Amino acid sequence: MNATSAIRRPPAPPGAVRWIKKNLLSTWYNVLLTLVALIFVFFVSRGVLRWVFFTANWTPITSSLKLFAVGQFPPDQVWRVGTAVLLVSFFFGLSWRVWGGTVGTFALALAVGGAAVAVLPFELSSGVRLWGVANPLLVGVGYLVGRTSLGKPRWAALGWALSFGGTTALLTGVRGVSWLPRVETGLWGGLLLTFLLALVGIVASFPIGVLLALGRRSSLPVLKLFCTLFIEIVRGVPLVTILFMFSVILPLFLPEDVRVDRVLRAMMGMTLFAAAYMAENIRGGLQAIPSGQIEAAKAVGLNGLQTTVLIVLPQALRMVIPAIVGQFIALFMDTTLAVIVGLVELLQIGRAVIQSNPEWLMLDMEVYLFIGAVFWVFTYAMSYASQRLEQTLGVGRR
Amino acid sequence: MNRKRTALLVVLLIVSILLAACGQKEVIVTREVEVTRLAPAGECPECPECPPCPEAPQAPMAAGQRLAAVKGRGRVVCGVHTSLLGFGYLDSAGRNIGFDIDLCRAVAAAVFNDPEAVEFVPLTAAERGPALQTGEVDMLSRNMTWTSSREAQWGNFTVVMFYDGQGMMVRKDSGVATLEDLDGATVCVTTGTTTELNLADAFRSRGLNFTPVTFEDTPSVYGAYEEGRCDAATSDKSQLAAARAGFANPADHVIMDVTMSKEPLTPAVPAGDDQWMDLVKTVMWTLINAEELGITSQNVAQMMGSDNPEVKRLLGVEGDFGQTDLGLSADFGANVIRAVGNYGEIYDRYMGPQGIAFTLDRDLNWLWKDGGLIYAPPLR
Amino acid sequence: MEVMEAIERGRTLATNLAPLRNMAKVKMSQDSRIHVLTHSGTPFWRDDRVLKAIAQTISAVVVVGFLIFFVGNVIRAANARGLGLGYGFLGQAAGMPLGESVIPYDPAKSYAYAFLVGILNTLKAALVGIVLTTLLGVIVALGRLSPNWLVSKIAAVYVEVIRNVPLLVQLFVWYFAVYQKLPPVKNSIQWPGPVYLSQRGLYLPAPVPNATFGAWAIFVGTAILLAGVLYTVLIRYQLETGRTTYPALTAGAVLLVLPVVGWFLVGERPLTTEIPVLDKFNFVGGLQLTPEYAALLSGLVVYTGAFIAEVVRAGILAVDRGQFEAARALGFSPMQVLRLVVVPQAMRVIIPPLISQYLNLTKNSSLAVAVGYPDLFYVGRTMTNQAGRAVPVFVMIMATYLVFSLVTSAIMNVYNRRIQLVER
Repeated sequence: MNATSAIRRPPAPPGAVRWIKKNLLSTWYNVLLTLVALIFVFFVSRGVLRWVFFTANWTPITSSLKLFAVGQFPPDQVWRVGTAVLLVSFFFGLSWRVWGGTVGTFALALAVGGAAVAVLPFELSSGVRLWGVANPLLVGVGYLVGRTSLGKPRWAALGWALSFGGTTALLTGVRGVSWLPRVETGLWGGLLLTFLLALVGIVASFPIGVLLALGRRSSLPVLKLFCTLFIEIVRGVPLVTILFMFSVILPLFLPEDVRVDRVLRAMMGMTLFAAAYMAENIRGGLQAIPSGQIEAAKAVGLNGLQTTVLIVLPQALRMVIPAIVGQFIALFMDTTLAVIVGLVELLQIGRAVIQSNPEWLMLDMEVYLFIGAVFWVFTYAMSYASQRLEQTLGVGRR
Repeated sequence: MNRKRTALLVVLLIVSILLAACGQKEVIVTREVEVTRLAPAGECPECPECPPCPEAPQAPMAAGQRLAAVKGRGRVVCGVHTSLLGFGYLDSAGRNIGFDIDLCRAVAAAVFNDPEAVEFVPLTAAERGPALQTGEVDMLSRNMTWTSSREAQWGNFTVVMFYDGQGMMVRKDSGVATLEDLDGATVCVTTGTTTELNLADAFRSRGLNFTPVTFEDTPSVYGAYEEGRCDAATSDKSQLAAARAGFANPADHVIMDVTMSKEPLTPAVPAGDDQWMDLVKTVMWTLINAEELGITSQNVAQMMGSDNPEVKRLLGVEGDFGQTDLGLSADFGANVIRAVGNYGEIYDRYMGPQGIAFTLDRDLNWLWKDGGLIYAPPLR
Repeated sequence: MEVMEAIERGRTLATNLAPLRNMAKVKMSQDSRIHVLTHSGTPFWRDDRVLKAIAQTISAVVVVGFLIFFVGNVIRAANARGLGLGYGFLGQAAGMPLGESVIPYDPAKSYAYAFLVGILNTLKAALVGIVLTTLLGVIVALGRLSPNWLVSKIAAVYVEVIRNVPLLVQLFVWYFAVYQKLPPVKNSIQWPGPVYLSQRGLYLPAPVPNATFGAWAIFVGTAILLAGVLYTVLIRYQLETGRTTYPALTAGAVLLVLPVVGWFLVGERPLTTEIPVLDKFNFVGGLQLTPEYAALLSGLVVYTGAFIAEVVRAGILAVDRGQFEAARALGFSPMQVLRLVVVPQAMRVIIPPLISQYLNLTKNSSLAVAVGYPDLFYVGRTMTNQAGRAVPVFVMIMATYLVFSLVTSAIMNVYNRRIQLVER
C-alpha cells in the first residue's frame, strides 16, 4: 500500500485550475454532468436553507427539549439522569487512559456533547448548562485519575461494574431511600431510553452472542442444532416481530406470577435480536483463527475450555471489534422500532410533541428532521470513529 | 453449510406448525373437560411432539391471588390510553389524567388509600387484548367496548362506566348528513377496534362503498383525517368529540347525527380471579352510588355524620356491604371519594360544562333517576 | 462486510491447512485408540468420548427442559384464560376492512384470506421495491465512482445521510411530512395528461383489455420468444465466427416491431385506457397509488438504495485495475470493458450481499405498520386483536418471514453453486 502510493505520487501538486479541469471538466459529457449537478446542488441547497431558516417553525423542538432528552422522567428528578451521565463520563475518561482506542472516541464524544449543551442557543436552565460544563470536566478528571496508580484495567473494570449499579440505582430509585424515590421505567423516554435500549442490547447480547457462536461451532449436535436454529430464526424475521413477541407473547411463556416490565421486555427483545447477529459476527472471527493456533494450544497441553478462553476467543474478539461497533450503530437506529410496541423513545416523543399542541400538527417535517438529525449526528460520529479505529488497528486487513 | 441451514429451517417450520396443531387439540379437549366434566382430568391427546400435558385445568389465579400480588407490589398496574383527550392523556407535566385514568386511581385509592399508587401502562388498541389475556395488567381502563367475544376471549368486564355509540365525523363544508351520503368516501379508523368492524358492517348492510385508511394509534387516525387524507373519521362519539377538541379549527368539523352501534365502554380485569373482579366492580359501584347519595369529594367529612344509613355504609361509618370480604378496608369508600370524587365529579372534571378537556352532554350517562343509564346495585 | 471478509479469509486458511490438520487428526485418533487399548483403565472423566456424551446429554436436557417449560406455560395459560391456540378461526369471516389489496377483498372474506392479502401486499412492496432500489443503488454507485468530483460527492452525501438515519424516521418523514402534506383531493395537482397527484395518492390512467387483447397477447408472446431465440443464436454465431452480428439490436427490433404490427392487425385496439375521474369524494377508475404504499416504497427504496450503492461500489472496486487496463490494451472500448470484463467479475462479489439486502428490504417492509399500509405484519397484528388469538397468528407471521428467508438462501445457494462451476 505505502510502497505503491510512493511510486504513484504525482510529480507536482496540481493547482486549483488543473484540479477543476481534471475532476470536473475532463470531457464534454463531464462538463454537462458538472453543470447539471451544479444546478441541482444550487436549487436543493437554496430550498433547504430557505426552509430551515425562514419557513420552518422550530418552536416544537426548542420548547420541548426536556421531553426529547429524558421523556416523562419526573422534572424534579432529572438531576439523577444528569448525574448518571456524569458518572459514565468519568469512567469513559478513566477507560480512555487505560484502554485507549474506541473508548477514547466515545469519551471525546461525551465531552464534546456536554460542551455543546453548555453553549446551545436555547433557553436552558442554569443547572443544565452547569451539567454541560461538568461533563467534559469529568471526562478530564477521569483521564487524569487514569494516569495514577488507579489506571489499571482491573480497577477500570471494577469501576464500570460499580457504575452500572450506580446508574441503575439512580435511574430506577432505591426502595427506602427518600432522596431516590422510585421512577417507573414507563417514565423513561426520549434520548435517554434510546441510548439505554441500545446500550443494554449490545452489552447484554455480547456474552450470549459468544456462547451462541461457540455453540454453533461446537461438535455436540444438539447444542449446535439449537444454536443454529436460534440464530437463523432470529435473523430470518424482522425485529418488529421479535419486539412484538416480547411485548405481547412473552407473558404467556412465563409462569403466572412473573411479571416483566415493558421496557425490560423490549430490552430483552433487543438483546436476543442483537445476540443472533453478534453470534454471526463472532463466528466470523472464530473462523478466521488458523487451526494451527488450536493445535498448538492442544500440543502445549491446554484442554478444550482453556484453548477456547485463552487462545481462540481473545484473538477472535479482537478481530471483530469493528463489526461489533457497526452492530451497535445499527442497533442504536433500530431502537426506533420500539415505537411500534408503544415505548416513548426519541421518535415516539417526537410524535407526542406534534400532537401535544393543535398548532404544531402541521410541523411533522420539522420534528422528524430534527430527530433524523440527532440520529445522524450520533451514528455518523460513531461510524467515523470506528473507521478511524479500524485503520489504526489494521484489524480489517491483516 | 447453506443447504444444512435450509434443511434446518424446514424442520423448524414443520415443528412449529405441528406444535400449533397440538395446541389446537389441547384446547378442544380441555374445553370439553370444563364444560361437561366427563373426561377424566389429565387425559391427553396423542401427539408425540407435544410436551406433557398439564395435569388438569387448574384455576389460573386462585381467588385473592391478584389482590395479594397487587398489595405485594404496592401498585395497581393499569392499562391505559395516553393520547385520548378526556379519557386518558397526559397533562403538561407529563402526568396521566382523564376519565379512564381516574377509574384506575379509584381502585388504587380503594386498595392503598393512595390514588398515586398506580403504574400506568400505555397500550395501543391492538395491544390491549393480549395484555388482558396474559394478565400483564391488573385492570384495563382504556376506552374499551364490552362485546361478547371480548368477554369470552380477553377477560372479565366489570361495570359499564360510559355508554357511547359509534359516530361519524365529517367536514362541515362537505354537506354530508347521512351515511348514504358517504358512498365512495375514504374513512379513517383505528385498527383493532370494534368501530373498525362496525364501520364495515354499516356500509355493507347499506350497500355502500368506502375506502378505509387504518392506523394503530389514535393520533395518526385523526391527524390523517384533519389533514384531508380521509373524508370522514369514525369512532365512539365521545372519542370523536375528544379528537375534535384537539383540532386546530374544531368548528370546521361536525359529528353526524348517526349512531352506528352500541359502545358500552367498560373497565376490564384479567379472567380467573373472581375476588379481584368483584373488588373492581364494587369500587365502580361505589363511585356511582356516591353520586346518587350526593357524596362528593368536598363533603365527605361532613357526610360522615349523615343520618342516612346508606351514606354511613358507603363511607364505612357503620355496617358492612361486603368490602371486608373482598379484602378492602371498611372505609375504602370514603378514601375513594376523597381521592377522585364521585362518578359525576369525574365526568364533569373532564367533560362537564367546565371540563378541562372538552364539553360533552351526559345524555345516556346521567344517573338512572335523571333519565340516563348509569345504575349500580345497592351497596348492602 | 468485515465479517464476510473474515469468513472468507478463514475459509481459505482452513482449506490451506486442511491436509495438515487431517493428518494431525488421524494421528491423534490413532494415538487415543492406542491409548485406550493399552490403558483400558483410563478414568472415564478423562475420556473424551464419555465427556462428550455427557455434555451432549446435558445440553439436550437443558434445551428440551426450556422448551417444555415455555410451551407448558403457554398451554397452561391458554387453558386457564381461554386463549385459543387453534387455527380454526382462520375460516371465520374477518370483518375487518383493509385499505388496499392485490386481490379482491371485502370484510366478509375469511381470516385466512385476509392473511393472504397481507402476504401479497408485502410481496407487492418488496418486489417493486427491489427493482427500484437496485436501479437507484446502481446509479448512485456509478455516481460515486464517477471521475466527476461533484457528482461523486453528491452520491457520497446521499449515502452517508441516508444510511445513518433510522428507516422508521425516514418513513415518517415520507408519509407524515411529504405525502400527507400534498394538496387535498379537490385541488389535485394535474400533470400533463390525466395524471393526478394529491393527498389521496397518485391516480393514473389504467389499461383495460378489450376483446382483441388475447390475439394481441399472442403477438407479444411470439415476439418475446423469437427475440430470445434470435439473441442466443446470434451470440453463439458471434462467439464461434468472431463476426459482429448485433444480437441485442436484432432482438430489440423484433421485440418492438412485432407487437406494433400486431396492434394494428388485430382490428379493434386491444387495450383502452380508463381515465380517473373526480367523483364526489375520490377519483374513480384508473390506477391508484396510495400514499401509504408510496411512503413505504419511497422509504424502502431510498434507504436500501444507499446500502446497495455501497455493495455495488465495493464490487466494482474489487475488480483489479489491471484487468481494466489489460482489456483496454487489447483494444476493447471502455463500454465493452465495463460490459465484458468488469461487470461479470464484479457481479460475483456483488450478488451475495445484494441478495441479503433484498431480504433486508423485505423484512423492513414490516415497518408498514407505522404508515398504515396493510402488509403481512399489519394484517397479522390486527388479526391477533380481532380474533383474540395471539399465539397462532404470531406463529403464522414468523413462519411466513422464515419462508421468505428460506427462499432467499435457496437462491443464494443456487447462485453460489453456479459461480463455483464457472470458476473451475
